[in-house]
Amino acid sequence: MTAREIMEYDVVIVGAGPAGLSCAIRLKQQKPELMIAVIEKASEIGAHILSGAVIEPEPLDELLPGWREDPPPVCIAVEKDEIWLLSQKGRRRLPTPPQQKNHGNFIVSLGAMCAWMANKAEALEVDIFPGFAAAEIRYTDEGAVGGVIIGDMGIGRDGEPKDTYMQGIEIHAPITILSEGVRGHLSKQLIKKYALDKDSDPQTYGIGMKELWRVQPGKSIPGLVQHTAGWPLDSMTYGGSFIYHLDKDRIAIGFVCGLDYQDPEFVPFEAFQQMKNHPMVKEMLEGGEILSSGARAIAEGGYQSLPKTEMPGALIIGDSAGTLNVPKIKGTHQAMRCGMLAAEHIAQTSSVDGFDAKLRDSAVVKELHKVRNIRPAFYKGFWRGFIRAAIETVTAGKLPTTLSVHADDTSMRMLDGYTSPDRKWVERTLPPRDRLASVYFAATAHDEDQPVHLQILEPDVCTTRCVAEYNNPCTRFCPAHVYEMVDDEGGQQLQINAANCVHCKTCDIKDPYQIINWVTPEGGSGPNYQNM
Amino acid sequence: MKILVGIKRVVDYNVRIRVLPDGSGVDTDGVKMSVNPFDEIALEEALRIKEAGNAEEVIVISVGGDECQQQLRTGLAMGADRAIQVQTSEPLQPLSVARAFLKIVEREDPGLVILGKQAIDDDNSQTAQMLAALWDRPQATFASKLELNGSSASVTREVDAGLETIEVDLPAVISVDLRMNEPRFVKLPDIMKAKRKPLEVISLDDLDVTVDGQLGISQFTPPPQREKGIMVDDASQLLQELKNRGLL
Repeated sequence: MTAREIMEYDVVIVGAGPAGLSCAIRLKQQKPELMIAVIEKASEIGAHILSGAVIEPEPLDELLPGWREDPPPVCIAVEKDEIWLLSQKGRRRLPTPPQQKNHGNFIVSLGAMCAWMANKAEALEVDIFPGFAAAEIRYTDEGAVGGVIIGDMGIGRDGEPKDTYMQGIEIHAPITILSEGVRGHLSKQLIKKYALDKDSDPQTYGIGMKELWRVQPGKSIPGLVQHTAGWPLDSMTYGGSFIYHLDKDRIAIGFVCGLDYQDPEFVPFEAFQQMKNHPMVKEMLEGGEILSSGARAIAEGGYQSLPKTEMPGALIIGDSAGTLNVPKIKGTHQAMRCGMLAAEHIAQTSSVDGFDAKLRDSAVVKELHKVRNIRPAFYKGFWRGFIRAAIETVTAGKLPTTLSVHADDTSMRMLDGYTSPDRKWVERTLPPRDRLASVYFAATAHDEDQPVHLQILEPDVCTTRCVAEYNNPCTRFCPAHVYEMVDDEGGQQLQINAANCVHCKTCDIKDPYQIINWVTPEGGSGPNYQNM
Repeated sequence: MKILVGIKRVVDYNVRIRVLPDGSGVDTDGVKMSVNPFDEIALEEALRIKEAGNAEEVIVISVGGDECQQQLRTGLAMGADRAIQVQTSEPLQPLSVARAFLKIVEREDPGLVILGKQAIDDDNSQTAQMLAALWDRPQATFASKLELNGSSASVTREVDAGLETIEVDLPAVISVDLRMNEPRFVKLPDIMKAKRKPLEVISLDDLDVTVDGQLGISQFTPPPQREKGIMVDDASQLLQELKNRGLL
């Protein structure tokens, strides 16, 4: 094999989400002479971005003053907040907690906003490369991070180069920024290598699923923001829905549930669909059509789970570090601030050293500290969590205790000695019928003739231990139906439909044995979300 | 020899096509746009001819608004030497596009024009044939193999009965089919190089192209939705269900 081609930059940023793009723009604003590359695995900017999304506009005001005159393509001012506690058929309005008051905020498509931000960054001469996966870290001789290696293209399923084989290049840079989003596969490696999480609690996650609907005229009330809790989740499973009313008869609807759920038989996707079948929601969607759908994990650990964010030659920012504010259900403003802070630090010091301390002293971490006990309070069930959340909110997080955060891969109960709650789920009528029908709306595409990007480190575990202990929960927690147990000669085998993958990372997180390793497929593969 | 390759900006083949609620067209809001896949094959073939030493220059050309510069840049990143955008805000139909191509052909005097056999959006499959007629040069459509022999080319065509090989004198217009080749991946450093390659913008008016005879489109309609199916237990139930529906 020939030596890889090399490109040199001052800063290489992995991931064109709000954190990475804010960082790139801020760097160019402060030090235009810096050469900056942004690598993005999606076929185009925004195609792998999935978020609610109601955003706080302050970081945008700071980063791009005047943006209100030239707003992102989907941008509707929030007019009204509603929170509902659902039972199977009924509903009760709850008071809106202060974190969820959205006056002054905007409903956006984060995917469209990232594409819009990428244009701003390119106008500042940032080099943005969609369709290329940063597959590996490039280390310097001194053992520091010194850039990334782009994945090879044109490798067959058997691992052999095809006619179209193209070797990935190395991008060398003294500073590498990891802004891959939640559970970034390079961030995961770096956190392990440099033991960045040795002083923090484990990260905990949720899975968010979302559909964008075009509804019957009059059903969408632009600017209305609705959230629900309660049904169809049992009280030990954290989660709820969001229903954001957009313009042009569109509604963004989604469901989030904590990946620390206990029931091995639980199917998050079905919970989302059941929620849509609630009379209040069904009424809005009936007669409409799905425009796009998808799923993405969410970092919910907050303050306690924040790893050290700096290491030799690199920083981890945004949701890769886990800066999302769970009670607000918002991560974009935090990710953007984090990106800008990293940029300012680099512009001032030309180094990554000292960033972690600066971050911990910043508004980003102060905001996380204030709400640190709310998510873990729900470990003991919905109502106890609700009360504790109220206390934490009233005291603005000033109580001296800090609850610890637990890991998701250890929370699942074994079948033996556990009875799944009776969920009383009903037959439903709204599309999509099942996960395969849903994946269709994600427009996900992977060349089938490439190595499977979901690596099972110990395949025997699936057919021996896992089937007996958990009944192969990967076949249920994956929202894209990637994992299937199929009858094979001499018993059941795990079949991986990797081409369906929407890159949500749930399997990498929730697998109780931690033997599923998500790696980047060929650049440009994955979902093609539209205004998500 | 110069080779001219047409590039059309189309909705990406992975996107689920959706008709606008008022039936006025196809929804392109937030939709991924790409180079028409057949045009990529055409460009790949042109690049291979150049790399084999049989052509000096590959020029990509597109007719459309400024957004199609993105697709021309992709063509430049794949390896084309320069690009020409014929600028117009009006969506043109094949005859007008062929007329615009002809003007560029007259100016550039290429030895080969290679086009995709059709665009995946309107599926017309007309531009190549019309250009050949207007230019009064030979055409070889639906090509899956192309061999140059000095002043002529041997072209294998995919026809209903199988494969047909014909000999055409150059210059000629070739339209390519799917099996001709597998286009290369774009290399990351080549994207940077493409930014510095020349991209000329000529307005359609300056080319003095007549735009007439455009067909009006009255309505877009999605295909009817399939009704929900049912699972039957056995053949007798299947028969019964068919009878109930008056299908037997």
